[in-house]
Order: sequence, then C-alpha cells, then structure tokens
Amino acid sequence: MYDVAVIGAGVVGAAIARELAVRGADVVLVDAEDDVGNATSKANTAILHTGFDAKPGTLESRLVARGHTLLSAYARRAGIPLEPLGALLVAWDDEQLAALPGLREKAEHNGYRSARVIGASEVRAREPHVGAHALGALEVPDEGIVCPWTPTLAFVTEAKRHGATVLLSTRVRGAEPRADHVELATTAGGVRAREVVNAAGLGSDTVHRMFGHATFTVTPRRGQLIVFDKLARRLINHVILPVPTAMGKGVLVAPTVYGNVMLGPTAENLDDKRATESTEEGLAQLRAKGAHIIPELLGEEVTTIYAGLRAATEHDDYQVSFHPDQHYTCVGGIRSTGLTSGMAIAEHVAAQLGQRHGLDLGEAPAPDGLPEPPRMPPIGQAQSRPYQQPERIAADPSYGQVVCFCERVSRGEIRDALCSDLPPATADGLRRRTRAGMGRCQGFFCGAAVRRLLDDGPDAPLTAEVDQ
Amino acid sequence: MNDTTDVAIVGGGPSGLAAAIALRNAGVARVSVVDRESAMGGIPRHCAHPGYGIRDLHRVLSGPGYARHYVQAARRAGVHLRTESTVTGWAPGAGLGLEVTSPGGREVLHADAVLLASGARERNRSARWVPGDRGAGVYTTGQLQQEVYFYRRPIGRRALVVGAEHVSYSAVATLRHAGVSVVGLVTELSRQQSYAVFHLGAAAAFGVRPMTGVRVRALHGKPRLSGVELERLDDGRRVVVDCDTVVFTGDWIADNELARLHDGIDVASAALGPVVDTSGATSMPGVFAAGNLCHPVEQADIAALSGRHAGQAVARWLVERDTRVAQAGVPIETDASLEWVHPGRVRSTGDLPARGRFILRPNRFAAFTALRVTQGERTLWHGRGRRLTPTRPTLIPAGWLRAVDLNGPALRIGVGD
Ligand SMILES: Cc1cc2nc3c(=O)[nH]c(=O)nc-3n(C[C@H](O)[C@H](O)[C@H](O)COP(=O)(O)OP(=O)(O)OC[C@H]3O[C@@H](n4cnc5c(N)ncnc54)[C@H](O)[C@@H]3O)c2cc1C
Ligand SMILES: Cc1cc2nc3c(=O)[nH]c(=O)nc-3n(C[C@H](O)[C@H](O)[C@H](O)COP(=O)(O)OP(=O)(O)OC[C@H]3O[C@@H](n4cnc5c(N)ncnc54)[C@H](O)[C@@H]3O)c2cc1C
Repeated sequence: MYDVAVIGAGVVGAAIARELAVRGADVVLVDAEDDVGNATSKANTAILHTGFDAKPGTLESRLVARGHTLLSAYARRAGIPLEPLGALLVAWDDEQLAALPGLREKAEHNGYRSARVIGASEVRAREPHVGAHALGALEVPDEGIVCPWTPTLAFVTEAKRHGATVLLSTRVRGAEPRADHVELATTAGGVRAREVVNAAGLGSDTVHRMFGHATFTVTPRRGQLIVFDKLARRLINHVILPVPTAMGKGVLVAPTVYGNVMLGPTAENLDDKRATESTEEGLAQLRAKGAHIIPELLGEEVTTIYAGLRAATEHDDYQVSFHPDQHYTCVGGIRSTGLTSGMAIAEHVAAQLGQRHGLDLGEAPAPDGLPEPPRMPPIGQAQSRPYQQPERIAADPSYGQVVCFCERVSRGEIRDALCSDLPPATADGLRRRTRAGMGRCQGFFCGAAVRRLLDDGPDAPLTAEVDQ
Repeated sequence: MNDTTDVAIVGGGPSGLAAAIALRNAGVARVSVVDRESAMGGIPRHCAHPGYGIRDLHRVLSGPGYARHYVQAARRAGVHLRTESTVTGWAPGAGLGLEVTSPGGREVLHADAVLLASGARERNRSARWVPGDRGAGVYTTGQLQQEVYFYRRPIGRRALVVGAEHVSYSAVATLRHAGVSVVGLVTELSRQQSYAVFHLGAAAAFGVRPMTGVRVRALHGKPRLSGVELERLDDGRRVVVDCDTVVFTGDWIADNELARLHDGIDVASAALGPVVDTSGATSMPGVFAAGNLCHPVEQADIAALSGRHAGQAVARWLVERDTRVAQAGVPIETDASLEWVHPGRVRSTGDLPARGRFILRPNRFAAFTALRVTQGERTLWHGRGRRLTPTRPTLIPAGWLRAVDLNGPALRIGVGD
C-alpha cells in the first residue's frame, strides 16, 4: 500500500509527487500516457507568470505568485532553463492605453508592486521592432520565460530518487474509498493508497466524478501556437503581452528559452479533450495578430506549430478541494498558469494533507536547502551547452559529436537521456529531454539518425555510406 | 584549441568539394572542407538513383557514386577533409574565424577566405503553414531517403507526395523502393515541373500522375497520419486522401544561418542565400558562397560547377586581394514573373558567372517568352523563345555584362519584348 497515489503526471502532479516524496511519503504517480508531461504540460506558452493580472483574492492569484518564487529558486539549483526577461503589456489603441493604470492597480491588489506604465517612446526604445501603433505599455519586470518540459522531468526524477514509483500507460478507471485507504482500478490492475490526489488535468472532472463529486466540468480551451526560427530572436527583447480580455490573456509574442520566438496562443472553447490539432482559422488569426505586434516576424521561417488544451472550468479559480473522509484531494482545473504555480500547489496540498488528512510528512525543505535537486541537462539557449564546452568534449568526445545540427544536440546528450532515470519512449519524448529534432529542419537532416539511436540504442553506428 | 588554414569551406557537398579541388589545382596550399555529417558528399549520399554527373563529369552516376567520386578526387587533390565538424558561428574579433565543434573538441578555425557551401533543405509542413494533427508519418525527401537507404526503416503503406518537381519523383522512387504504394503527387501549380521522362515514367511504372492545382489544407490523424485534406484551387472543393505517409518535397530554403549571423553579409530577399557577384563573392570581403545555398536548388552538377567557379575566384582573390570586393557594384532585380536571379550583383564587367550563364527562377509557366535585361533606360540584352517553368532554371547568357555601367542604376531582368 502506498501512502499517496497521484493521478496525473503533468507538471502539477509531478510537483506534488516530488514534494511528498522528498518529505518522506511513499508515492505512486500514475499516468495514462507513455511519458510524463505528455498532455497540457507539454504544449503551453512557457511564461513564468508573476500573477500580476490574476483575479485578486483567488487561490490562483496566491499560488501563482508563490510558484514564481519557488520555481525560480528551484530552476537555479536544478539547471532548468529560465530567463527573467520581463514583459511589456502593450496598448495598441486609446482604450487599451486607458486600461493600463487599472491593470497596474490590479497588480498591486495581487501583491505585485513593480509594474509601471511607460510611454510610446520608451516602448520603441526597448522594442525597436514592435508595430507602429504601440501607444504605451505596462512594464512587468518579473515575468519570465521557462522551459515547459524540464520542470516536470526534474520533479519526477527527484521524486523517483526519493523512492516514488511511476506507473505510465496506466489509466485510472475507477476509485473506491475505504475506511483507511482508496482502491484505484486502473488499466494495469489495482492500486491501493492511503491518500489519492487527483491532478488529472483535462481528466480531473472525470476523476472527481469517480469520487462522487460533480462540482465542476472541464471545457478544453485550445491554444494554438506558432514557433518561429531562431533567426527571429533578434526581433524582441521581452515577453510582449496584449491587454487581457474575458477569454484570457490574449495573443503574445515571446522568446522561448531555446532561442526561438513564439506567437500565440488562441483561445477556443471546444468539447473534444483530444482536439490538439491546429487549424486554418487559428493560424490565420495568429498571422494577423503577429503582423500587428511585430510586422517583421512573419518574414521569418516557421519552425513548428502546435496546440495545447487548457483545462478551463465554469469557475474563476483552480478547483482545489480536500475530502479527508474519502482520503481524496482534488487539484483540478489548473487552466492557464499551472507551469508557474505547480510547486506552490504542491506546497499547499502537502500542508493540507498534513493538517487535515493526518498524513505524516517530514519538514518542508527550504527552497535553497537540502536535499539538492537533480541537475538537469542544460538545454536552454542562455546556458552553456555541451557542444560549447571544450573540457567536456575532451573528457568524452561524444559531446562533440553533433547529431541534431540545428539544435546542436550531441550523441552524448542523447545517450544520457536514453540512460536517465526517466528514459523517453518516443522521439517526441527524446525531443523534450534534449531538443533533438525540434530545430528548423524538423528532421530533414537528423530525423533518421535520431530515430536510429532511439530504436537501436545510443551506441548504434550512424551509417555514412549507402551500399549500391 | 585553434587552427589556421588558407581557405575554409563550410559544407562538403558537390559545390564545396568542387571548390576545394579547384583551389588546390590553382596552387592554394591549405584548403579545409568542414562538414557536420559523418561522411563527406552532401545530399547525393542518400539519393540512391542515377542522374548525377552529366554536366560536370560527363557521365551518369548514382548519387552515392557521385559523392564518392568527389570525395576521392578531393582526397587526391590534397584537400583537408574534416567530417563530424559542425560550424556553429563566426568567432568574434578581427579576421575570419569559424567556431567548430567536433569529437576532437571545440575550436576556432581561422582562414584568409571562407566559402559557404552549406546547401539547402526542404521546408517541412510547419514551414509551409500546414495545420492539423502532428501524427507520425510526415516526411521530407531528405529524411525519407536517409530512413530508407541508410537505416532500412519501415516507412508506411500508402503515401502522398506533395510536389511535382524533380525531387518529388526521387521521393516516388524511394517510396517504391521501400515498398510503399504512392497514392499520388499533388502540386499547387497548374502543371508538373519535372522532365517528361520522370513524369511519364512514374505514370507508366507506378500509375502515379500528379494532381495539379491542388493545395494541402490539413493533416489528419494521430498518433499516425490517417489522411491529408486537399483543396482544389479552381472550385474550392475538398477531399481527404486516405494515406498513412506524406512526403513534403521541394519548396527549398537555403541553409543560410551562417550568412545571416554575419552582419557584413547581405542576404537575398527571395532566394534567401547570400547575395553574390558573378565571381561568387558576398558583400563581406573574403567570404564567398556557392551551390544550392545561393540557388535553391539546382542539380548537383550545376552546384559543383558553381563551386568550381567560386573556388577559382577565391584563389585569384587570395593573390590579388581584389579591391573590387569592397566596391558595391549594381544589384540585379527581377520583375514579378521571376522569383530570383543568380548571381544577384555585378561588381565587374569582366567576370562571367559560372558556365557563363545567369540562372533565373520563374514564378509562372510560359512557353515562348521574351526576356530583357535593362539598366535604367538602356536595354543590355534581349532574347526570345525562352521557356519558364517554376522550380526549374531558365538560363540566359552573360555577354551583356560588358555593357553594364558599374556606377549606374540597378539592373533589371524580366519578361518583355
Ligand atoms: C495554450 C496554453 C498556454 C499556456 N501557457 C502557460 C504559461 O505561459 N505559463 C503557465 O504557467 N502555464 C501555462 N499554461 C497552463 C499550464 O500548461 C497548465 O496549467 C499545466 O500544464 C497543467 O498541468 P496539469 O498537471 O494540471 O495537467 P496535464 O499536464 O494535462 O496533466 C494531467 C495528466 O493527467 C493524466 N490523466 C488524466 N486522466 C487520467 C486518468 N484517468 N488516469 C491516469 N492519468 C490521467 C493525463 O494523461 C495527463 O498527463 C498554458 C496552457 C495552455 C494550454
Ligand atoms: C532527393 C533529391 C534527389 C536529387 N536528385 C538529383 C539528381 O538525380 N541529379 C542531380 O544532379 N541532382 C539531384 N539532386 C540535387 C543535388 O543533390 C544537389 O543539387 C546538390 O547536393 C547540391 O550540392 P551543394 O554542395 O550545394 O549542397 P549539399 O549537397 O546540400 O551539401 C551541403 C553540405 O554542407 C554541410 N553543412 C551545412 N551546414 C554546415 C555547417 N554549419 N557546418 C558543417 N557542415 C555544414 C551539410 O552537411 C552538407 O553535407 C537531388 C536532391 C535531392 C534532395
């Protein structure tokens, strides 16, 4: 019997599993997918939010602000790519310009005091390539960009090193709360745990109903995104945000930690929780917005296009609830800020499990205290990459053997990923761990070689000549 | 760790190797070709079909045979060949230096002259703005051929080929070799653009005919592709073709990163490679470019001849340190019927381009068209009966160069009696 079963290995479930495992609980992390972080957590905009624009007084507002602090500190220690670039929330017409002071006040209600309004000339000086109609901006110096994938991988790696069990390709089908534990029925047999945490993202309402609760329904809200070539990176210096609307934060242009530029996301309410395809209309809408925000952006090549689904609900806040009598905790509807808030959600959940569910946990380690988190591969553009490190190549020449040319990923890094605590099951998983194949050629040059190493092992020879 | 050479060539495809051989033949002592792949030879290494070497070697070889020919010739000529060496950028500071990563380490390769010969790649589905699912089974020809010929990977059962130019028929041949049935070729253009023999050959041997005037609208299916949504451009009708594989062929983009990373190198607005003059010199003194990087894309023999020509020019430059390079010269512009012209700049009225020809890339089909080269009010050349085919070269002679006023307005090439 496990102490805690966490359903869902997205960034939120991973953060919870890590927090509990580090504090001594015997944790099992269960996910239906064949890899961790393979749902909403792999397809987002990867902004480290301050929470300046959250709805004041909500749990989300508090946990995003706290998550910003926790993840920033953790990223430093674990080597997670993160760049505190700052954001400019740009006003494009008089109405938006008039809204900026109100947004600053809202930020202050959210406890964020560093935002300030700047004029058109300062916007232009700091972002020379923005569209001609920029009238002013709210500067939010602490918004940043973060790697969307490494946090989940780091959390699960650390949880595993503290004894957690990870069950992939395992879907939870039903739950039966008993007097002192819960019986979970899964596609891979039964799992028994003293406490269950539902962090099932888009499936969180379904799991919630397995425990007899129907307090929210998840409506997938799709966000399509376009990633532009690295050669576009020179066009912007900050995250460029729009004035938010009722449907969400709006379409932004932001650098990525890999050195690309991203345009998106759209916000479309759908019924189908699997509808992660991009659409003609979505791309047309983004193209129009992008041309307005950074006109030169559309002259650059597109590297990739993808879409993610936010777990939106009919409520204006996260759906976090505690049910000690059922040994059940719900962490659902973590819609558009979970990458930032994940560690804070985990801290909150652990505290409540200790106080209200009587779960016996050790002290919460201070953000910079022991134990050291795992050191994750440096896949950020602002980090020193193995191909740039003479000593590393001298010690192991495979770090100088570049396999993915566009992203400069070496055979050594691919080997490390394949031999890691959490090896990838697919090319997609390998890409999230190393960047292999996510560059501008999208596999034209390296796709076959990368697949070869994935299928035949990291030492498989890479063919040089074709026999006739 | 650092190294010095007379000429550093980035890219060991046909153009880079031919340039290196020309440099050695011209007596240049130290010529290094740097290529990131584990073998020299470039794209032809994985095009396991005949059709190589006609114009430069005057025989017909397969791609791998052609690559081997150039590698051996370069070796015999005393070229320093460095594989598994990726050039990642320009070293800061004065002079020309390339940052190189290889299993041997990280170093700066200093050179008196640099020749960029990094080739071109096909645009993938995202670069073509094709929306839909991200299922497996989506290829470019480059990846497809490596999967099939290098690693003998299973590909799929039914494939659609996007494009109907030379390389598209190469993809058809590869798919057939891999046992994949080809359900069709589609092109947005109104006709196929390859040789009749390929087109008719594919029709006769495999029953494959191109569907023209058709655009790819979306890819459907995950985790594996299940269908490609097509739209007929004339009436907007849509169909979904049932297939588990799609190959995006052609639609080339110059591999121009190094050119774009150097502030001193002008990049062409349509061809997207570095702008070169008739000798292959870029706007940066000492930096030259050749091959498909400059003309995305021509066949390998043309790329090789372009490399040989630029190699000879580099050798002259090393001796003369030609002052013309610092001179701007005049750009060549095209009208709307043409996508680009190569070379795109004239700095000397005496230097002919490779093969004594300018290469034009048409935007439209036309059978017997008159073309005209003008400078301001003056007509420098006029020719009739030219054929225009998108994705294919239209060649015009270069004798009119002698009449160019190097201090005059831009040259203009276009359709016109
Ligand atoms: C377009 C877009 C942009 C975004 N931008 C940002 C941003 O810039 N910054 C930010 O902080 N956040 C952003 N977010 C939000 C962030 O991505 C999410 O809040 C976060 O990923 C949610 O994580 P999760 O773990 O709750 O859900 P998920 O990542 O979806 O994980 C849930 C997991 O549960 C599993 N599961 C579900 N049902 C079952 C079951 N029955 N049995 C077993 N496993 C199950 C799933 O397989 C899945 O892996 C964005 C989201 C989107 C869609
Ligand atoms: C499927 C297909 C079929 C074809 N069929 C024919 C045919 O039948 N007949 C024919 O004549 N032509 C054919 N071609 C065209 C022919 O292959 C090309 O014209 C030719 O390869 C161009 O030569 P290149 O030297 O300009 O570039 P490439 O052959 O592309 O060589 C460029 C080289 O530069 C290297 N490189 C690039 N960047 C770097 C860097 N930063 N550091 C180190 N190295 C770098 C690359 O690894 C590569 O080896 C075909 C092409 C394709 C794709």
